[in-house]
Amino acid sequence: MSGERLAYRLVQIGFAAVLLLAWWLVSRNGYVSPILLPSLTSSVHEFVLLLESGSYWPDLRVTLYELVMAFMIASVTGCIVGYIVSRSRFSVRVFDPLFAGLYSIPAILLFPLYVLFFGLGPGSKIAIGATIAFFPIILNTIAGFDYVDRSYITAARSMGASGVQMFWSVMLPAAFPVVLAGLRMGFILAFLSILGSETIASLSGLGHKIVSFAESMDPAKMFAYIFLAIIIAFLLNATVTLIEARVRRGHG
Amino acid sequence: MRNGTSAITVEGVSQAFGPEGDPRRVIALESASLAVERGELLCLIGPSGCGKSTLLNLIGGLMTPTTGEVAIEGERVRGPLPKKVAYVFQESALFPWRTVIDNVKLGMAFQGVARSERDDRAMGALSAVGLADFAQHYPAQLSGGMKQRAQLARALGLQTDILLMDEPFAALDEQTRMVLGEDLSELLARTGKTIVFVTHSLVEAVFLADRVAVFTARPGRIKTMISVDEGHPRNRDFMTSDKLGRLRNELYELLHDEIRKTMGDTRP
Repeated sequence: MSGERLAYRLVQIGFAAVLLLAWWLVSRNGYVSPILLPSLTSSVHEFVLLLESGSYWPDLRVTLYELVMAFMIASVTGCIVGYIVSRSRFSVRVFDPLFAGLYSIPAILLFPLYVLFFGLGPGSKIAIGATIAFFPIILNTIAGFDYVDRSYITAARSMGASGVQMFWSVMLPAAFPVVLAGLRMGFILAFLSILGSETIASLSGLGHKIVSFAESMDPAKMFAYIFLAIIIAFLLNATVTLIEARVRRGHG
Repeated sequence: MRNGTSAITVEGVSQAFGPEGDPRRVIALESASLAVERGELLCLIGPSGCGKSTLLNLIGGLMTPTTGEVAIEGERVRGPLPKKVAYVFQESALFPWRTVIDNVKLGMAFQGVARSERDDRAMGALSAVGLADFAQHYPAQLSGGMKQRAQLARALGLQTDILLMDEPFAALDEQTRMVLGEDLSELLARTGKTIVFVTHSLVEAVFLADRVAVFTARPGRIKTMISVDEGHPRNRDFMTSDKLGRLRNELYELLHDEIRKTMGDTRP
């Protein structure tokens, strides 16, 4: 089993290595203009300089601030509204397809409107991140509470559970894994849409830096920021996975 | 009519599902009357859909009868009575996010047992079903038989006089079912609880019951009561006895036509 896992990891590392090698070869021999694809070595060099100087911090801080705000707004509203909707069969029938339908509309189309409403700063990024993250969170919250196994509810009722006990000891833990999956999905979507919208219209942020270096024909610096964004995404994902695993373990 | 010593009395109880006049309205149970004495184990047996689980839920106060009256110890049932009645359900109704002992303790918390008492009582209940060593396990880590024993422990922890069991061993293999049946008979002899037990199994009904209520096909009515005159605890000697075989055959004779009816078979 663990030998098999090792094999997966080796192939994954090999895949990344082949990509980097291809980049290195292509950029070194001048097959592609350095303006389109800078050499791997100069990109890495810029990345190291960036880390040493710490000049990424103001932009990273803006992006993380936008992410935290967007995620908080989406999770609080999504969980509360989702729970309220799940309370009655009628409202589930009405709102579940409605939100599912809205979810399928590319919400990024609202971004120009949000820029008009909330300006070029973090406000419009928070709004777009929250809008996009809201849907998986509310849909999973509705699904989680709606599909709680009837036998748990009946058992708790027969033992005399009060309304409060029913919520905290039965409904919430039973719905929790599904709600958590929605929160995770919402978090990832918020991050993606915030980075994306920063590249469209913004004053600062990681996405803003990436697009401004591209426009000033400084692709090595652009790649340095892309590396940074990848690492941040990786770290955030690992953190979420860790929190999820820990909560699930405490949960049983 | 009401007998002061009866643990449970059911008088002219009917239960219909769906609004009146609706063609899909189903009469699950029709004018059922019976009394369960203290310390007695009554089995309800009948074809699928005959209303035996419905009757159990009416006794437990999980449903209100369309007509008629159910009383526990002479008091009319209007809702769940967690201090008097505990349930063991068919499929595992244990909470999978809690350990076995926490499941038992949660039941007590619902019932209103003081926090300080819960630990001792929970361990006592788990010991009574032989699961003390598995207190810290999660339900998913237990076999089907162990899960049902854990559910029984949760019900015992509530220390009610009445236990309602809704096909508790239905999902288990026959060997496990027999062993759990012996354990239950032993428990009954030891604690003197009043038990109403719904089952599909003829052998299980005769092996466990003091009396067996045989139901007709839908709309369910109580067709006959059969007495099994045999003291508890019962063991494998009774399981293999001629008496059990004879009663089992008698039950089969009674149920045979009813089961055909539920399959839409109209052969004479």
